[in-house]
Amino acid sequence: MDYNTGVVLIGTCLLGIAAGVIGSFAVLRRRALMGDALAHAALPGICVAFLIIGERHFAGFLLGALVSGSLGVGIVTLLRHSTRIKEDAAIGIVLSVFFGGGIVLSSTIQHMPGGNRSGLDTYIFGKTAAMVRQDVMIIGGVCVFILAVSMLLYKEFKALSFDREYASAQGLPVLALDFAMMTLLVLVTVAGLPAVGVVLMAAMLIIPGAAARFWTDRLHWMLMIAAFIGALTGLFGTMMSARYAGLPAGPIIVLVGASMFVASMLFAPRRGIVARVLSRRRLEVRTMRQNLLRTMYELAEPDPAAKPPVTPVELTSRRAWSVVQARRALERAQAAGMVESVDGMRYRFTEAGLEEAVCVVRTHRLWEVFLIEEAHVAADHVDRDADSIEHVLGAEEVRHLERRLVEMGRWPKEAPLPPPSPHGWANGGDAT
Amino acid sequence: MTLTPDDIWVMLVGSLVNVSCGLLGCYLVLRRLSLLGDAISHAILPGLVVAFMLSGSRAIVPMFIGAMIVGLLTAFLSQTIHRIAKVPEDASMGVVFTSLFALGVILINNVARDVDLDPGCVLYGLIEYVPFDMQMHFGIEAPRAAWLLAIVMVAVIVFIALLYKELKIVSFDAQLACTLGISATIVHYLLMAMVAATTVAAFESVGSILVVAMLITPGATAHLLTDRLGRMLVIAAVHGILSAVFGTALAIYWNTSVAGMMSVVAGGQFGLALILAPRYGLVSKWVHRTLLTLRIVREDVLALLYRWHESFGERGLSGVELVRAIGGGVTSRLAVIGLRRLKLVRIGAEGLKLTPAGMERARTLVRSHRLWEAYLAKHFNLPLDHLHEPAERVEHFVTPSMRARIAEHVGDADIDPHGKRIPPS
Repeated sequence: MDYNTGVVLIGTCLLGIAAGVIGSFAVLRRRALMGDALAHAALPGICVAFLIIGERHFAGFLLGALVSGSLGVGIVTLLRHSTRIKEDAAIGIVLSVFFGGGIVLSSTIQHMPGGNRSGLDTYIFGKTAAMVRQDVMIIGGVCVFILAVSMLLYKEFKALSFDREYASAQGLPVLALDFAMMTLLVLVTVAGLPAVGVVLMAAMLIIPGAAARFWTDRLHWMLMIAAFIGALTGLFGTMMSARYAGLPAGPIIVLVGASMFVASMLFAPRRGIVARVLSRRRLEVRTMRQNLLRTMYELAEPDPAAKPPVTPVELTSRRAWSVVQARRALERAQAAGMVESVDGMRYRFTEAGLEEAVCVVRTHRLWEVFLIEEAHVAADHVDRDADSIEHVLGAEEVRHLERRLVEMGRWPKEAPLPPPSPHGWANGGDAT
Repeated sequence: MTLTPDDIWVMLVGSLVNVSCGLLGCYLVLRRLSLLGDAISHAILPGLVVAFMLSGSRAIVPMFIGAMIVGLLTAFLSQTIHRIAKVPEDASMGVVFTSLFALGVILINNVARDVDLDPGCVLYGLIEYVPFDMQMHFGIEAPRAAWLLAIVMVAVIVFIALLYKELKIVSFDAQLACTLGISATIVHYLLMAMVAATTVAAFESVGSILVVAMLITPGATAHLLTDRLGRMLVIAAVHGILSAVFGTALAIYWNTSVAGMMSVVAGGQFGLALILAPRYGLVSKWVHRTLLTLRIVREDVLALLYRWHESFGERGLSGVELVRAIGGGVTSRLAVIGLRRLKLVRIGAEGLKLTPAGMERARTLVRSHRLWEAYLAKHFNLPLDHLHEPAERVEHFVTPSMRARIAEHVGDADIDPHGKRIPPS
């Protein structure tokens, strides 16, 4: 790896960290596209700064970008609060009109003598590979500054991100904090523009935060993960771009980030799509088994142990199942050791199955009795309501429920089997 | 400055783009989908490149199909990631369109280098070069882009005319649309397909930034100026044409980017509407608020004089006492001037006094105030020291019929909760 690539690597990596941290706050505050608007709105400020100073000057560009970026954000806020223009249209207008103004100015500058030395076009598309040591120092400074401020104001930013009203009620200077957060956003945007350009800067801000959100519910972890993803994206993107010709670094960095986002979206524990689908599937399987056991038990009452085995067809009389579904439920329960087949067609409880069935029926009826007694739900309505909750009641809740109903004298104390159903089957209480 | 025929063509092409975008944009603004328009206009880039790769030419039909597919994909992916993965809507949109745009830039760099699909043109277009590519149809020689964009504009107008009712209902009340048997989803994706098609047609001449400006700004401007959808569409179209004409003229005058200037002019028109719009503009809002403030202060002075009269009879109210009760400053001074002009008060030797007409008005006000206090005390059981504030606010907005009904509710009481007499009507 040569020296130049090393410089670019460090630069993109630091930019990824800075953008990831400050972008996380933006994502949390539903202001993801504000970063996009800011990146666009910075352009006319940069051009004006160039017109005044006459050369490429980072601090001047930063100031110009800060002024026009703040102006853009101010206009969005004004439009949102005091006119009938909604936030989305306000962002769109500011973004496009400011950028149009920037194009007008930069095109004027290009026509001026010496204007093509301005390097303004790199601010629009970004030229990662052209990063020099000085750029990296600036990005590094910005990065350190952003991390320091985020750490110092961590508690304040946290309150602001999750509950602005609460923060304001706590006596925090929300407006000043808002402005501080926005200044950091402008800072990283201006530092990053020459590297990745206007459109892709928005991606650098949004993607790490949005991806990190899948992995955790804690803010400090989210910031760290976002910084990590941002850094990793910068590293991988730059390396790929250095390795293969025809892959400009800016876009490839964004695509690497996008693939990390997709990977997080799919595979993150708990919040990821795969994890969520699996857990729903597990709940469905459990619900189906519990429904089967309870139906078999109810068909066999009052003496479940002595009942002749059931066929799938019998089950369909009590449940909104087709014969095929009933058979599948039985086969699954058999695989789980809850029922056993007598002759391939008829099934009966195993010992474990009967035990579990008693448990399920007990929960169901406890809840029904509770609804009738406490919530005054009509007896012929409770079955359905109980159905929707019995599968998610924990053991602790069930014990509590039982204790309470026993105290009220509505539940037999220490009965081996649950008492008969409070609504019976004759008066239209169909078991669904 | 003189305009050459070429400049006229540029204006015409700009107008065609802006009208098409502006008409569709009205629906985006109303449905709060403006940023989806932004996202689509960036994201169709890879669709264009892939279409170019597959067809091997810049033929129009494959480009349209490619852009429409990717445009719909953008809308669909943003929505799906938002719904299924619980990512905030704006973040999911941001992730989708920037990624697709990045993909497009990479594809351009690798496969489409030799076509004039360069990234610069993508962002701010080359409308200046439109007159260099003329085509002859129906005996008229016009720029190729003008022919294309004319077709697009006609398509947009036909689309809106055919689905006017459906689009309207879906824009204002999606639930109602569902109950009427109109599929909001289908209308939504049809609209997105039209946006994508218009964007791709506009792309090469004006670039994606101007497309965004012209999608959102005319609709938003029109939204400030009217409440009727039909008028909104017309205003948006006019806004678009004005942006094109003046944008081109100014750009030529200053020798700068036409597309950029058009969006600046569009923004300027929006700014004018924002300040001057008759109902929703900042000035008219400020005027309304100021007039209301003045009326309230005038009425406060009247009520104060009435109470003064109750306590002290014929003695007039001195300036010092007025300032102590109402506060000094411009508004109270203006209020007194207004009251004198309306001949409701006069300034006698011993201070401010009500004229007979003023007495009449003041009595109505105080009657509203005390009736409201009686009503609050009777029906809401508010403590005595909580009655004055709300009554002070309500007294300015009580109509005669309301007053009659409140009087009925308090059983025509003639004493308010503080023991003061409620003036008869």
